[in-house]
Amino acid sequence: MWKWLHPYANPETTYHLSDRVIPWFGWLSGSLLTIGLVWALLFAPADYQQGDSFRIFYLHVPAASLSMGIYLGMAIAALCGMVWQLKLSDAAVAALAPVGAVFTAIALFTGAAWGKPMWGTWWVWDARLTSELVLLFLYLGVIAINNAFEDKQMAGKAASIIALVGVINLPIIKYSVEWWNTLHQGATVSKLGKPAMSLEMFWPFVVCFLGFAFFVATVTCIRFKTEILLRNSSRPWVKNLMLEQAK
Amino acid sequence: MNPRRKKRLTIVITLLIGFSAISGLVLYALSQNIDLFYKPSEIHFGKVETGIKPEAGQRLRIGGIVVPGSVKRDPTSLKVSFDLVDMATPLVFNDTDPTVTVTYSGILPDLFREEQGIVANGTLQPNGSVLASEVLAKHDENYMPQEISDQSITKEKYQY
Repeated sequence: MWKWLHPYANPETTYHLSDRVIPWFGWLSGSLLTIGLVWALLFAPADYQQGDSFRIFYLHVPAASLSMGIYLGMAIAALCGMVWQLKLSDAAVAALAPVGAVFTAIALFTGAAWGKPMWGTWWVWDARLTSELVLLFLYLGVIAINNAFEDKQMAGKAASIIALVGVINLPIIKYSVEWWNTLHQGATVSKLGKPAMSLEMFWPFVVCFLGFAFFVATVTCIRFKTEILLRNSSRPWVKNLMLEQAK
Repeated sequence: MNPRRKKRLTIVITLLIGFSAISGLVLYALSQNIDLFYKPSEIHFGKVETGIKPEAGQRLRIGGIVVPGSVKRDPTSLKVSFDLVDMATPLVFNDTDPTVTVTYSGILPDLFREEQGIVANGTLQPNGSVLASEVLAKHDENYMPQEISDQSITKEKYQY
């Protein structure tokens, strides 16, 4: 059943695969982000209550949900690395962590910038904000551990454990606004049933979200390629590749 | 799957379930401390799970909806007082709902208005009101342009 996956356990095949998909992801992300951001920031109607400051939604919500999505991807890679002992999984964990950390930081920063005019405070220790801050620390922990060991394989093992254990934080972030009283509002986009947002505000969000998602894919593939090269620098195929590019 | 991989998978899954159980229990034990605020009904009758009522003089946060017509401003200073009632969807105000009066002296956030969710940080007074040192607006998850909002507000007004 999984036969078609087997060739991709080989670093060289996977390297060339990510090389091929990068331009596609890059162009998709560039065009979707251009359309989405122009639509969202200039043409979407202003909110009845918040006016134009609600537009930070189009950056904050994609960043926050991608920060959780990236973590889930990283944890799945860590699980595969631990069970099947794939070296490529360690490379994937190392490639994803800084991207996720940046998106978490963007979500926290844009949230604070919106919170000051709307709530009246930059920061409050409620369950949603605190658990998202914990997510940032988990990412920083994975990055730090990855760089703390001389031996890449040891580093990969230790980082995978943190990445996997930290996955418990994801449902806590997601449901914090339902389980506890928080200052942060409930989910707008994923709310089932009655839409919490009018459609003319919702469609630009979808475009922005996809744009950011493809941006994450592009950056991750670039980082993944670099990680593969670093971890296989003594292999003949890497040497040949470098010699070819030097020509 | 070969037995070594199967063993590793079992170990990893067991660890994960163990950690989830631990953090679940810890969060459950701490659940009253994780709540950011008391609801007005909880100040009157205590928390639903434990029945513990806050005492006079206790520092706490209270969160609720500003009751329409309850906002009283002092014309000569920044002093303001308003009543809060439990948040509920859809918004319905009954005279029998437990309310808590909040008094505050300072500048209110821009979003402050009647029927708006508010979280106030302050001390519980012996008469059951809250003397707030900070008032924050809680925004709900609904976003809509002005025209739609006008329509839905008139519709809601007809309902009660």
